[in-house]
Amino acid sequence: MKNTASKPGIITRYRNSMKAQQMTVTAVFMLVPVVLLFMFTYLPFFKMIQFSFYDMKYIGERKWVGLQNYKDVFTRKDCFDALKLSLYYMVGSVVQLSLALLFATLLTGKTRLRNFFRGSIYFPCLVGGIAVGFIFKFFFTHGFILDSILGAVGFDMDSLPSWLKDTRINNWVLVATSVWRYMGQNMVLFIGALASVDSTMYEAADIDGANAWHKFRYITFPSIKTIIILNLILAVSGSLSAFEMPYVITGGGFGTSTFFVLMNKLAHTNQKVGLASAMSVVLLTLILLVTALQKWVEKRMDGGATKKRR
Amino acid sequence: MMPAMLSKKNGGASKLKKGAAAVLKYFLLIFASFWALVPLVSCIITAFKSDEEYRNTSVMTLPENWLYFKNFCIAWQKADMFSAFKNTFIVLVVVISGSIMISAMLAYVLNRFRFIGNKLIRNLFMIASLIPGIASQVTVYQIMNKLELINSLAGYILLMLGTDVISIYIFLQFFENLSPSLDEAAILDGCSYFGVFFRILFPLLRPAIVTSAILKGVSCYNEYYMANLYLQDKTKYQVVSTSLFTFTGPMGSQYQYICAGVILTIIPPLLIFIFCQKQIYSGIASGGVKE
Repeated sequence: MKNTASKPGIITRYRNSMKAQQMTVTAVFMLVPVVLLFMFTYLPFFKMIQFSFYDMKYIGERKWVGLQNYKDVFTRKDCFDALKLSLYYMVGSVVQLSLALLFATLLTGKTRLRNFFRGSIYFPCLVGGIAVGFIFKFFFTHGFILDSILGAVGFDMDSLPSWLKDTRINNWVLVATSVWRYMGQNMVLFIGALASVDSTMYEAADIDGANAWHKFRYITFPSIKTIIILNLILAVSGSLSAFEMPYVITGGGFGTSTFFVLMNKLAHTNQKVGLASAMSVVLLTLILLVTALQKWVEKRMDGGATKKRR
Repeated sequence: MMPAMLSKKNGGASKLKKGAAAVLKYFLLIFASFWALVPLVSCIITAFKSDEEYRNTSVMTLPENWLYFKNFCIAWQKADMFSAFKNTFIVLVVVISGSIMISAMLAYVLNRFRFIGNKLIRNLFMIASLIPGIASQVTVYQIMNKLELINSLAGYILLMLGTDVISIYIFLQFFENLSPSLDEAAILDGCSYFGVFFRILFPLLRPAIVTSAILKGVSCYNEYYMANLYLQDKTKYQVVSTSLFTFTGPMGSQYQYICAGVILTIIPPLLIFIFCQKQIYSGIASGGVKE
């Protein structure tokens, strides 16, 4: 009897001590990542909003200018041109996703050398940015790799344009390199999604005499529609923040300066910290809007093959 | 015999169609692999050419001697790649082990305990992953300056640790598939929560640890923007990705050295790729990878 009387007390005490321990563990384990998160993400973020209302350099006096920086973002020709460039990258990302889907589909069936094809299409994702920059400067140099290949298949080498300097085409060239670099990533993602499609449906379709296009149109596409749309939206925010390819290949010269390349230049070369901050805030707002749209789509389409559980 | 012949005829037609589809399929695959590899292969070709060969032959001619390693030696010395690889190695070891510990611990707490602010912290990390790294560099630079962490390997490491969301996602996902009954059993046996994490769960995280180590390692190895911005003293603190900057300027057109340097920097990720393909693909497929 004594025992039963004291038991609840022990259990409660035990529970309380576990609760206290839980809180300690929570606090200790979260301390470092949360501090780092605030120091390098949220503190800079709020400071950036603050800076965007000032005319300032890194060092020296700052002057409150209200919304002038934001007005500048929308009225300066270079800012507006840079924003227009993201349209090129949006077109590029649609092409990129279509190609990724095509090759993912091709690689899903029985294929000889499957690993080789998948590997070689994916590998560019693993090459560092600066290396990619040098590789393509070399690749596009007049009379070098691309020109020789085109020459070998019958183009007149002298009439080929200057790929990186001709403003009519250089942005498309950069978009193509961007597709070269990132397509493999999407492809691998799609291969994963395709693996989760129920294979008995294809067998049934075979019996019904469906051709490859029908199978894609009526089985594959609907099954992975959600993941495609999500990637499309991700690609839009990716295009808005396109940076790496123009930065490492042309350095933003010859009219290839995207929004972030311009921002980077204004911030670190011209030290227009206020204007650069305003640019960042504008772009982040756009990205957050696009993401909100993505979340909305994700919610609406829930029940589709969004999340695969292993 | 008639039906058999008929079906044979039909079989022939569909075989032809199938054959054409296969030809188209392999044509497309070979075409894509060709363009994926040409920029890299042409770099390899050029890296093996002597100066004279480089000047006098077309860029697509194969080198005479595939054992001509002088360009690699020159690139290695000019770009001081020994110290670059050494610094990168230090950064990688600290960042990978640090980020694995940090994110595994955070994921454990977020996944296993209910507390006020759990959802909020998850969302804060989620939103953080949306902010492109370059966007806030203007102000991060100022903060780093105030902390006197510019031109310091430690500062760069701290920054790389702080901007890590990929690993957190991978671990969160992994914990969701680890049954809480493991924890409960250990607790009943008198284990503390620290013990549960370090002795029971952490060893079980191995696949997630390998995946996040590879992905974090590759992205960290290839990171150049922040390295360039925060490790300005190039003689002391250059890392592999920024070492290639040596080849801009006067050396900017001597592509036999540049290509050799580029190849040298690509070898580590290539090896990782060859030996860890599975983990890389599954890491991407699990949706853990965001740019």
